[in-house]
Amino acid sequence: MIIPGLRSLLFAAVFAVACDAGAQVIDWNATLAKARGQTVNWNAWAGDEKTNAFIAWVGDEVNRRHGVKINHVKLKDTAEAVTRVVAEKAAGRNADGTVDLMWINGPNFLAMKQQGLLFGPFATALPNFRYVDTTNRQSNVVDFTVPVDGYESPWRTAQIVFVYDSKRIAAPPRSVPELLEWSRRNPGRVTHPNVRNFLGSTFLKQALYELAADPAVLQQPATDANFEAVTAPMWAWYDALKPLLWRGGRQFPENGPAQRQLLNDGEIDMMISFNPSEAAVSIASGLLPDTVRTFVFSKGTIGNTSFVGIPYNAANKEGAMVVADFLLEPATQAVAQDFRQMGNFSVLDLAKLSPGDRKRFDDLPRSAALPTNAELGRVLLEPHPSWMTRIAATWEQRYTK
Amino acid sequence: MDDAHRRDMGAAIHEIGGGRWLGAAPPLTVAAFVVPIAAGLAGTLLPAFGYLPAIGSARLSLEPWRLLAEYPGLRSSIVLTLTTGVAATLLSLLLAVGFCAQVSGRPWAQRASAALAPLLATPHSALAIGVAFLLLPSGWIVRALSPWLTGWTLPPDLATVGDPRGIALVVGLVLKEVPYLILMISGALNQVPSAPQIAVARALGYNRIAAWLKVVLPQVYPQIRLPVYAVLAFSLSVVDVALILGPGNPPTLAVLAVRWFSDADIHFYFPAAAAATLLGGLVLVAIAAWHGGEQLVAAWGRRWLAVGRRDGLANRLTAGAGAAAIASFAFAALALAGLALWSFATQWRFPAAWPDGLDLANWARRLDGLARPAAITLAIGAAATIIALILVIACLENESRRPRPVGRAALWLLYLPLLVPQVAFLFGAQVLLIRFSADGLFASVVWAHLIFVLPYLFLSLADPWRALDPRYARTAACLGASPARVFFRVKLPLLLKPVLLACAVAFAVSAGQYLPTLFAGNGRVATLTTEAVTLAAGADRRVIGAYALVQALLPMLVWLAAVLVPWFLYARRRGIGRA
Repeated sequence: MIIPGLRSLLFAAVFAVACDAGAQVIDWNATLAKARGQTVNWNAWAGDEKTNAFIAWVGDEVNRRHGVKINHVKLKDTAEAVTRVVAEKAAGRNADGTVDLMWINGPNFLAMKQQGLLFGPFATALPNFRYVDTTNRQSNVVDFTVPVDGYESPWRTAQIVFVYDSKRIAAPPRSVPELLEWSRRNPGRVTHPNVRNFLGSTFLKQALYELAADPAVLQQPATDANFEAVTAPMWAWYDALKPLLWRGGRQFPENGPAQRQLLNDGEIDMMISFNPSEAAVSIASGLLPDTVRTFVFSKGTIGNTSFVGIPYNAANKEGAMVVADFLLEPATQAVAQDFRQMGNFSVLDLAKLSPGDRKRFDDLPRSAALPTNAELGRVLLEPHPSWMTRIAATWEQRYTK
Repeated sequence: MDDAHRRDMGAAIHEIGGGRWLGAAPPLTVAAFVVPIAAGLAGTLLPAFGYLPAIGSARLSLEPWRLLAEYPGLRSSIVLTLTTGVAATLLSLLLAVGFCAQVSGRPWAQRASAALAPLLATPHSALAIGVAFLLLPSGWIVRALSPWLTGWTLPPDLATVGDPRGIALVVGLVLKEVPYLILMISGALNQVPSAPQIAVARALGYNRIAAWLKVVLPQVYPQIRLPVYAVLAFSLSVVDVALILGPGNPPTLAVLAVRWFSDADIHFYFPAAAAATLLGGLVLVAIAAWHGGEQLVAAWGRRWLAVGRRDGLANRLTAGAGAAAIASFAFAALALAGLALWSFATQWRFPAAWPDGLDLANWARRLDGLARPAAITLAIGAAATIIALILVIACLENESRRPRPVGRAALWLLYLPLLVPQVAFLFGAQVLLIRFSADGLFASVVWAHLIFVLPYLFLSLADPWRALDPRYARTAACLGASPARVFFRVKLPLLLKPVLLACAVAFAVSAGQYLPTLFAGNGRVATLTTEAVTLAAGADRRVIGAYALVQALLPMLVWLAAVLVPWFLYARRRGIGRA
């Protein structure tokens, strides 16, 4: 037990010395050598088949190239992996942990970073990190206002879009107040996922962004002093909207896919999504009618980045870093962005790529349901996680009886 | 042969045979599940009182309870949990009794019960998803009637699933628990000479149903009391069915606890542990109240018997309940048929009553992903069943070699894993496994399954085993056969059919486990059930349908094997294998 523990301790110590606020150095060849033969337990939410297939493909590729195997530990909720690391810490297993790599962002990242449950910093030292868009896509370096500091590595982006059935809606609402007007004319035809689900609270955050007097305060933690005043207009809007929602706002789909099922069943006419390719991907896999299209609010929508992180006690840190680096490769990112594969917009800055790599992105298939970058409009930064936590708690206070 | 003689002979056999290790079987069996449950309960109770050093809280406090009390929906959640749990148990018992009262004594009764096997084998979550598709306003029933009858071109905005009162949840539970209770009643009926008693009662002018209710039921109920309590405990603490069919705001207490256990903010552990503890307390209170209710019903029942009316409301009620039971089987079959159809559908949108097209594309895509979890499910189920079988047979054999009535206490212990809510001890058990670096191992998952497989196997096998005429074994012993020879050449062949059926029940239990697999396997051991529940989050009914079918099919095949093997082996010895 002592030897591996000591090894990872030394490993961490080497990093701590070598890493000076973002300027990390990894002996990449040594990492590749150590990684060979490792099996990386990648804990990732598995509710999306396309993502599962992508992860399986990544596993085949890194095994072929670097001799690193991936075991996709399928989660219903990312917090299950956080729970596991906490349980391991509770049991005193500070090395040889069972979670090597986890799909993480936002509140889970904040919780793990605060509790010292993450290994790092490692991300900025990955060879392919040089292609990452760190200027236009702020969410790649600031995760829900929390500085990433190299404790997680980006792999896919997300931005709020709305998917609607063009057969039923001619002109979709383009702002938060317009959504309320639209619902007055079409009661019971829109909903949002449960507020305990990230997509549900994001629906409210998006409204908060547009309705708050000064959205800049959302980049600071919410306080007892300002929360009520800042959110008051949002709650007033929601009080008016809630009875006009599907099931009179008394029931909500548990998560995004459950909401998509409602759209497919014709129970609702539009839905919120965090994936700009959702409409195109879902048409391709027969999960939505081919009449669905995508729109965003004209003042912009919240966007964020999904990361992979490595727990402090991971047994296969080298293999995990090799996988994290592979995910950043331009060719990998192009596969990820193909809506026939996974359909997630890239975290890379296309301007930083070689012409050959850029062509991979230009050659990706198009679809009428797929928005262009221009159509996606402005990307708004995620508010501090405390807003989300408080909104969810307040929502329960106000509407749970 | 009097008791003293029998004891002597038992002792003698005990000395001759390899009986010494047999004596270790009962404590070993109890230890296999009492230890993890006790450790798990401690691991939940401590955080419920604020003690979880891993996240920096090493002091006992009542803070978790304050947080729990602050949850605005707590009252509604408790009321919902109690009403759905008690209603599901009452209805299931009523329907099961009604069904048994009607079919008992009929020549096809045995086959009717056997036909329920597929339903017993289907995991709760799979059936719940099928039920949801039937009941939804955009579900199959409304589709079949729209728009030609209802005029609906869009699904109506009605809360038929996830309704705040939990009616859909009760329906989903009843569909699964009725067959289980019928199986338990059939087992108990083997201990009651019901046929001659009913004949006497009918000669006195009672009709078939009244005779069964007044003569047989009072003898059967004490034997199914524990299974009824298990149904009550399960209905109060079920997670997967409540997630699919129950309301979400507020949800039942068990769902609330699981939701908090997996919250992004790890400090939600504390109220989660408190909620799990509260749920454990509610289960205890509910069982105590049910027990009290039994006394009242018994007191009233004695008077009812004494009055001696030959007809009455009870007869009609029971007949109605029997019919409702049969309707519930049809409904469950329809739910499974809907899922099966989905797994072959290309597209199937509201209000089409039938999919746009059927093909094998979905299955072709799934096959790869299905093979491995299916193999793992089979391996875990086989291992857990075999270990449980050896322990249970050792216990029963030990009991029959030194005859001493099994105390009620022992039976209660056996039911412990079924009475304590899973959420109340599985997190604690996970910490225990990690401490011994045993998490994520195949063996640990087998052990976790064993906790739930053992009691079911014991309960299925104990009655037929104890009912075997002891004179067979004595005759063989008198002819000079050693206890081992008696066991292998006489008892086992005679009891082969119940042994195999008990194994089939045990395998089905193993195949359906979700939380234990997740916690003990650390998410690294993927069975059909964990895959199906994870994919259920993706809400593609074609995928869910395929997994649910395979999930149900595997235990059904085991069941079929359990029925066919004795049939082939004993094709030419009709008397045997009927035990």
